[in-house]
Parts: sequence; structure tokens; C-alpha cells
Amino acid sequence: MKSDNKLSSAMNTDVSRRGFLGGTAALGVTVASTSALMGKKAYAAKKGGHLRAGIAHGSTTDSLDPATYENGFSLALDYTLFNHLGEVDHTGAVRPELAESWEASPDATTWSFKLRQGVEFHNGKTLEASDVIASIEYHMGEDTKSAAKSLLKQVKSMKADGKNEVVIELEAGNADFPYVISDYHIAIKPAKDGKIDPTEGIGTGPYALENYEPGVRLMANKNKNYFKSDRAHFDQVELITIIDLAARQNALTTGEIDMMDRADLKTVHLLKRQKGINVMETVGYKHYTMPMRTDTAPFDKNDLRLALKYSLDREELVKKILRGHGVVGNDHPISPTNQYHAEGLAQRMYDPDKAKFHFKKAGLEGTTIQLSAADAAFPGAVDAAVLYKEHAAKAGIDIEVVREPNDGYWSNVWMKKGWCACYWGGRPTEDWMFTTAYAAGADWNDTFWNHDRFNELLLAARAELDSDKRRTMYYEMQEIVSNDGGVVVPMFANYVFAASDKILPSEQMAGNWELDGSKFTERWSFA
Amino acid sequence: MSQILKMVAQRFALGFLTLFIVSLIIFLGIELLPGDIAEEILGQSATPETVAAFRKELGLDVPAHIRYFDWLWGMLNGDMGRSLANKREISELIGLRFGNTLFLAVTAAAISVPLALTLGVLAALYRHSFYDRAVNVVTLSSISFPEFFVAYILIFLLSVTFPIFPSIANISDATPFWEKVYKVLLPALTLTLVVVAHMMRMTRAAIINLLASPYIEMANLKGLSRARVIVKHALPNALAPIINVVVINLAYLIVGVVVVEVVFVYPGLGQLMVDSVSKRDLPVVQASAMIFAGTYVLLNLLADILSILTNPRLLHPR
Repeated sequence: MKSDNKLSSAMNTDVSRRGFLGGTAALGVTVASTSALMGKKAYAAKKGGHLRAGIAHGSTTDSLDPATYENGFSLALDYTLFNHLGEVDHTGAVRPELAESWEASPDATTWSFKLRQGVEFHNGKTLEASDVIASIEYHMGEDTKSAAKSLLKQVKSMKADGKNEVVIELEAGNADFPYVISDYHIAIKPAKDGKIDPTEGIGTGPYALENYEPGVRLMANKNKNYFKSDRAHFDQVELITIIDLAARQNALTTGEIDMMDRADLKTVHLLKRQKGINVMETVGYKHYTMPMRTDTAPFDKNDLRLALKYSLDREELVKKILRGHGVVGNDHPISPTNQYHAEGLAQRMYDPDKAKFHFKKAGLEGTTIQLSAADAAFPGAVDAAVLYKEHAAKAGIDIEVVREPNDGYWSNVWMKKGWCACYWGGRPTEDWMFTTAYAAGADWNDTFWNHDRFNELLLAARAELDSDKRRTMYYEMQEIVSNDGGVVVPMFANYVFAASDKILPSEQMAGNWELDGSKFTERWSFA
Repeated sequence: MSQILKMVAQRFALGFLTLFIVSLIIFLGIELLPGDIAEEILGQSATPETVAAFRKELGLDVPAHIRYFDWLWGMLNGDMGRSLANKREISELIGLRFGNTLFLAVTAAAISVPLALTLGVLAALYRHSFYDRAVNVVTLSSISFPEFFVAYILIFLLSVTFPIFPSIANISDATPFWEKVYKVLLPALTLTLVVVAHMMRMTRAAIINLLASPYIEMANLKGLSRARVIVKHALPNALAPIINVVVINLAYLIVGVVVVEVVFVYPGLGQLMVDSVSKRDLPVVQASAMIFAGTYVLLNLLADILSILTNPRLLHPR
């Protein structure tokens, strides 16, 4: 299978669906398009300039080690200094980046990646297969602390075929493997004696590290030998950690920075009114969830799970918690941006009568259900839980909101308490999302859910290269999760960010992460 | 003089004891907090395996008391160790941040101390006048607002409405000195508004207190001018309490500016400590806590010595 034919056929359907979304604003959201923002002005990237970006993340405990990348700052740093084998474009498809092309065996178990030739690291070393293998190996093995470890468990063997080809054999077929191997953790770094130095900032990326002060700023200068000639327009980029929301918005309005992520949803309408500032939003994979432990009473009863699913007014949550910057969820984690999003699946509505019916059937009348929440789960999680309580009360279900401390939320509450609030950044493919959090026994199966038919379909769909067959299988899986799964998915949250009008974003932005797939330093320019 | 030396030696010993106790409390406190650095850094993406691997890499599988004494031994030998989170030398990490914090504190002190003393002396001089009342109302109001509020008001006035100063103090090593001063003026001004009332009121009260003394009456009877009586005769005797309050405020300028650092995105020590606590980066927390505690101990000592030098009677408490 050539990446160019098989994957692009999958992509075409995606493009048309997305085109539909953008054209009719079917769900009330649009993918921000630069031409619309810029009026009639023609799209022309200008070279040069010093970009200052205010990022809502970053802590003094961060490091350059890709194994621990997890916040918005490390993502931006990652895409500024490094490249990966592939990159996700604005249609949600994965495109070759450091790889020139890839091919899979018919059962999708053996993948060979042809590397782009003549790509240089910032220290002048030329990219070879051994660098790629060492960079991947760093995330594998017993004693790695990498978050990409579970993704790479499926890798059986890796070998270099000459200097410019890497052949990876998998335990079982995986049609989405190019997505997996392009995960942001797996940054390609130069190898020395078969190992990479995780703490140094040398990559092949659009900018070379000048100075990094964790929790304060990153300075990087243009990589003059960058292999993408039409990218990396700035001379210098500066990423500044500005965690305080008011400080970030002030800095943008007073011109201290050129762009920022995470606009405040409560005041974004005021920000929009400011002259010279463009507010943008993209639909991504990010969703807010409320997982229940299906292995623990009372959540082991599907009737209770259904009762709770019916007793939530999602529209109100989107309106009040997201201020309209998002779409309602349907109790499964596959976003409207995903390739195989089940469009035909009926939207679950707020229905106190049905909720009452299932609650009674579960035999739990009169009991109190505890819902743990803290704003660490997502901004507004506590408010969302209180709204949930109000909605459920109309169905005669008594929800007790347990307010948990933000500190230690992920270690003491999530996956420990019976029912809690949570968020997922989402994943670019259905398989990846399901494998991470819904497959039986998965490390982050936060609902401790185990469904035979689902697990069977997961394996079958993963190795299936036929797009139509995969679609049918993924549709069924979404339906199963929605009707039987232990998760309430009230909504998908948009990424909302802003820039001064001196900045020219990409014509069409990627939605896999905030800020144009977090690749703004490479793709944006001064107007 | 030897008595002063003896006191200094005693106080130093006591200071070391204090620091030791502080380090113990901080260590125990962090041990009691839920989660450890491996869990906090890996966050939502932590699995039991990766957490265990991370712990081993950091040496967190060693019992707590051994880690503590290892750390203590290192400190006594002048080795602060390395940050668990990113393996950076703590001395280097803190050095940079502490330098920034001191820079802001010194700038703020350079504005606030002379300002507070002048305002205080003038307020004592023109007691109960309109000026006295106005200064009191203004300074007391500014101290009564939370720091972030004062900061936002200043940003609104001086960088949004009248764009004179930048709204964030985005400085680095490479920033030239005067540009640095310019960039930290707004945070320094915020701090000034927060500390000036305390020092000003103390100055005023101390001087007014002395104005009832017989030797001031004598000076008045000699026909000296009011300003001369206050500056020449009252002020030197009022110095002890004033020095005390000034020094306590200086200590506050160094250790208490976290909120101001956050609002102005200023890379100081406070932010470092907050980040490190939330990620349970114990060696960094310990080192910053030692610096903060040491600052208080040293400045307190300095305050006492200066008070005694200006008023040797204090050596012999009645």
C-alpha cells in the first residue's frame, strides 16, 4: 500500500465531509479560515520577524525530554525544534514529514518508511535510519518513562534497510500506524552510538534552540537549512509562558505578544471587539468526559449508566460551560472531526422520563450517586457537575457533587473514585482513542470497561485496510460505547485562541491540537 | 562591641537551628502531600509501569529519611543537588531566579523606602493636617486591596489607557540594565503601593511617640524649628522601630511577591517554588525554602544589629 493512494482515498471522504461542515456551518461551528479573517487580502506569507507567542502552559519543572511532553508549551516546543515521521494536516490526515513515503504489507503488519534524503540536524549531522530507530527505541523497553510506551508496545522489531529506510514489524496489523509513529512524543533526534540524548534540543525542525528557560521562555532561531522551503517564515520565535489569563490577554492587547492560546471563554466576546485582534477557533478532538467505574457497584448496572446519560442536558452545558465554543457529545469519544465519526447515530437528548425509568429498573431509587469533580479535570468541571445535579434532580436522581482538590486529582481521584470528571485531548484516529481508553485492560481504560463485541471489532478494524469496512465497524463501536459504555461525554470543546492582525495564520488550520495543530511557528507568518 | 559580637554569634547559631527545623518541616510536608514527582510530571498519562520506571530513575524508591539526610549532607557541603524534574543544577536554576527576585526587590525598595520615610516624617510634621489624612487614606487603601488588584489597576492605567509601561515584565539575562529597570517599574510600583503604608505609618507613629519626650520639649523650648526638631532630634531615636519595619518589608519584597510575579510574568524565585511544590520537586522546594528562611533570619539579624547600633540601650533590656 502506497501512502499516496490508500491514505488519500481515506482522506478524500474526509475532505468532503469537512467541506460540508465548513460550508454550511451545520453544527454552528466553523473551522476558522484565514481568508475570511483577512477580508479580501490575498494570502501571502512574509519572511522574517520575531514572533512572540504567549502560551498558557509551561512550568519550571519542564524539560526538553520528549518522554515527558504533555502540556501546550512542550507541544509547541516540540514542533518548533523537532520533526516526526509524519504530520497531521488540516484535513486530519497524516502526511509524510521526515519520511518521504511509506508502504505497508497487505495485512498491515510490516511498515517500511522511506526517509527524506539530505535532511540535516541543527548540528549539521545528516538524518539516517539509525537516528529514527534510536529516537523510537528511546520510548520503548522496560525502564522508559515515556508516555508513548503503550503506543509502541505493538512494535515487534525495527531494522534499518540501508541508510534511508526503516522497516517496522508489528505484532498485529494496524492500518493507522503512520499516525501512531507520528505522535508528538516521538520526536526524531540525532543518535550517538545507537542512543539519543533526550535532554539536548537538537532536531531537524524549523527552528534551532537558542535558549530555553523552563517555565519562562524558549528562544529559537530559524533553521536556515530547513527542508521545507515554504515553511518556517520567522527569523526568530519566542514562546513565553504566561499562565495568568488576564496577563496573557493584556499582553496581547498591549502588543507585548503577537499571539496567544487559550482565550478566556468568559470574556472572548470582549477580546473580539478589540481593534487589531483576531480571535480564531478550531474544532478538535478535545472532549470532556465523566467516566464511571463499570467494575464497581452501582456503576456496574447499565441501567444506572443509561439513567445518568439521559439525565443530563448537554445543550445547557455547551452553552454555559463552553459559552457555545463547542459541540454536544454523544457518550462516545469520537469527535466530529474524526474520519469515521458516526454521523447517523441518534443524538442522546435530555429525557428525565427515560432516566427515571432506567433508574427504577436498576433498583436504585432513593440512593445518592456521588460525582467527584475539580477544575483540574477541565475548566468549569465543578460548575458542570452542579448543573448535572440540577438536571438529574428532575428525574428524581440525587447526585451529590464531591468537590475534590486540584492537587493530586489525577493520582487520587481519576480512575480511583466511582464517578468523576475528566478530559481527553483526544486522538487523531478511532483506533488510537479506543485502544487507549476503551479496550479491555488498557492502562487508561478509565471506565474499567470490558465488552466482548467491542474488543473483537477493535482488533478487526485495526488490521482492515478497506475504508468502507472500517467505517461500518467503527460506527458499530461508537454505538456500543454510547449505549453500554461507562462514560458520559457531554461535549467536545473547541480550541479558542487569538492573534494580532499583524500575524497571518495558515489558510486552513489543523485541528489536531490547539494553534494549528501546535505547528504555528512553522506554518504562520507576519502578514 | 564584644557584646554585639556575642549576640551575633548566638543569633547565627539560632538561625541555623531554625533553618534545620524549617527544612525538616518542608520535607515532611511535601512527603505528606498526595502523589510524588513521577505521578505529577506524567500527569494523566501516567501508567503504573512508567511511574515505577520514573521513580527508579530519580531514586525515589529509596526510603524518605535516607533521601533527607542525603540532601542535608549535600547542603552542608554546599551542593544543592539537581532538580528531579529536569536534572538541572539547582544552584544554577535558583541563582538566575533569585537574581531576578532581588533585582525586583531592590528596585521596589529603592522607590518605597525613601518614599515611605519622607511621607512618614512629613505626616508627623504636619500631624492632623489635610496632608496627613490624605496620605493615610491613600496608603491604607492601597494596602487594603489584594496585590493582584493593585497590579491590574496599574496595568489598566499605565499600560492600557496610557501606554507608558509594558504590561508584562518579560526580562532575560540578555536584557540591558536600563531596559530591565524600565520593564520592572510597574511590578515595583505595585509592590511599593503594597508596602509603603506599613513603613510610613510606623515612621509617623515612632516620631509622634517621641515628640512627647522631655528632650524634645527642651529642643522646642530652645526655639528650634519644628522640622529641625523632628529630623535632628526625634528621628535618630526613632530609628530602631523604623529599621525593624523597613527590614521586615524588605524580607516581604523578597519572599512574598509570588502573586506579583504571576501577574507580570516575572521569572522570579516565587514562581519557581510554586511550580516545584505542585510538581513535588523536593530538592528545589527545599533549596528555595532555605533561601527564603535564610533571608528572613539574616534580615532580622541585620535589623537587630542596626537597631542596637543606633540605640545601644537596647543591648540591656530592662
